Amino acid sequence: MKHSLGFFLRESLRAMRRNAAPSFAALATVTVTLIVVGVFIPIVQATTGAANSAAGKVMVDVYMQRHATHAQDARVMGELRRLPHVQRVVFESKAQALAQQRRQDPLAYELLSGNPLPDTFHVYPSTPSVVLTVRAEIADAGGPGQMLDPAIASVSNHTQDTKRLLTVTRFVTITAALLAALLIAASVLLIGNTIRLSLYARRREVEVMKLVGATDWFIRWPFVIEGVVVGAAAALTAIVTLALAKVLVLDPLASNWGLISAPHTIGIVPLMFVLLVAGVGVSAIGSGLSLRRFLRV
Amino acid sequence: MSASSVIDFRAVTKKYGTGAFGLDEATFSVDRGDFVFMIGSTGSGKSTVMRLLIKELEPTDGTILVAGRDLSTIKRRQVPFYRRNIGVVFQDFKLLPNRTVYDNVAYALQVTGHSRKEIRAKVPDILRLTGLSTKLHNYPDQLSGGEQQRVSIARAFVNHPPLLLADEPTGNLDPETSIDIMRLLYRINRTGTTVLVATHDHAMVDKMRRRVLELSRGRVVRDEATGLYARDESTREFAQRLRGPSEAPQIV
Repeated sequence: MKHSLGFFLRESLRAMRRNAAPSFAALATVTVTLIVVGVFIPIVQATTGAANSAAGKVMVDVYMQRHATHAQDARVMGELRRLPHVQRVVFESKAQALAQQRRQDPLAYELLSGNPLPDTFHVYPSTPSVVLTVRAEIADAGGPGQMLDPAIASVSNHTQDTKRLLTVTRFVTITAALLAALLIAASVLLIGNTIRLSLYARRREVEVMKLVGATDWFIRWPFVIEGVVVGAAAALTAIVTLALAKVLVLDPLASNWGLISAPHTIGIVPLMFVLLVAGVGVSAIGSGLSLRRFLRV
Repeated sequence: MSASSVIDFRAVTKKYGTGAFGLDEATFSVDRGDFVFMIGSTGSGKSTVMRLLIKELEPTDGTILVAGRDLSTIKRRQVPFYRRNIGVVFQDFKLLPNRTVYDNVAYALQVTGHSRKEIRAKVPDILRLTGLSTKLHNYPDQLSGGEQQRVSIARAFVNHPPLLLADEPTGNLDPETSIDIMRLLYRINRTGTTVLVATHDHAMVDKMRRRVLELSRGRVVRDEATGLYARDESTREFAQRLRGPSEAPQIV
């Protein structure tokens, strides 16, 4: 290439200096969009994270006959593990169950002489949504009401609660995904439109460049570099704003408000990185692509 | 159609999408070093000829040769390189509004990959030739129409193209300024560059005494050398003749 990066850099800086208003408009648009995205990403993550941790507690409790032997326990354990949608089976002996209950309600269990509790298996499905299938495989193995194994006395029956929980989780997840998709679409359209406007103001310039015999890329490079510079500047502004907001507003609140310190949100450093890449990428690709229509002279 | 023709139109037809004829089997050729006027009313096809020559448009039918090269063989990607051999001047100047006079002219050299050293050497020269030495650092909107057209001519000529096209170069200018611009184009022609000027200024054309192509509804209806064809006159004589007795300012 006969033309150095320096030449194109000077060209794009000149363009920005002389077209300060459109460049500033593009900068402001990208900045605002990135701030909104930057706030939204952790919120979506916290919401879906909370929903998922609730869904993660979905399981089927399998109660053995009161007088089940160790051999029977081991056999049932094996049968449960072989079921198709089961991820994990946890055994809780009657002694453990009693100790657990006693801790929760010491007075009630003081009165009991023996241990009324059966051995229990906690069966976790591979995904929360198949929990009812798993329950049916255990409780209705050979037809309605026929247990998987004669040593099983009963299976927990929280069908209503489980269904409701699953509906709510699915709703939250889908809503968050939809909002995220809408926000991303809106951002791309908004940024693309701003770039298109500022290019439209300069379409005559492009026309003249073509008449003088400039190749497409010779015209395009300064615009792409301008996109990179505007995108980077906007991303930096957005990052500084978000970091200030986190340090000044969020961190002091987090200590007395449990929700904000939700565990599974993106860290501030990866978030900065994502915003920087998004800002620079969308702006550069946007200006490069938007220019294409004006290049067809 | 001699072997030395720079422009050769062979039965060129250009139909626009609206059904209007831009050109209707136009045939003519222009020899190397010629100064040719193309006249005709609005819509007669003058601009179509210009736009076909810089490959902004493609002909519907017929063949266009420029310096012996069939334009239809030039691929889209090669068009920018082809255009560097042609200087173009327009009625509306088409300057880059964000650049100074100097930078506007320099841009034509930057496009072709000239070094900064070459640019620093060439640009002041061409601006001196066009009489713009004192306006180097002005922006186009700070110049008069005539000055802007001079910048545009300087930019068109700085690469010393073998062919210079001017589409209504004096359309926006007063008569006195128009003469200056014509004189400048004539001076460029004297360096060996072929010049094709489209205009509807009949009075100017009659006084210039150069070859005239007249177009009407896309057809060539006249092709002749008008008056005394004084090829070797100086630019000063040329300008004097243009101002001529009939052009003397009439004071009312």
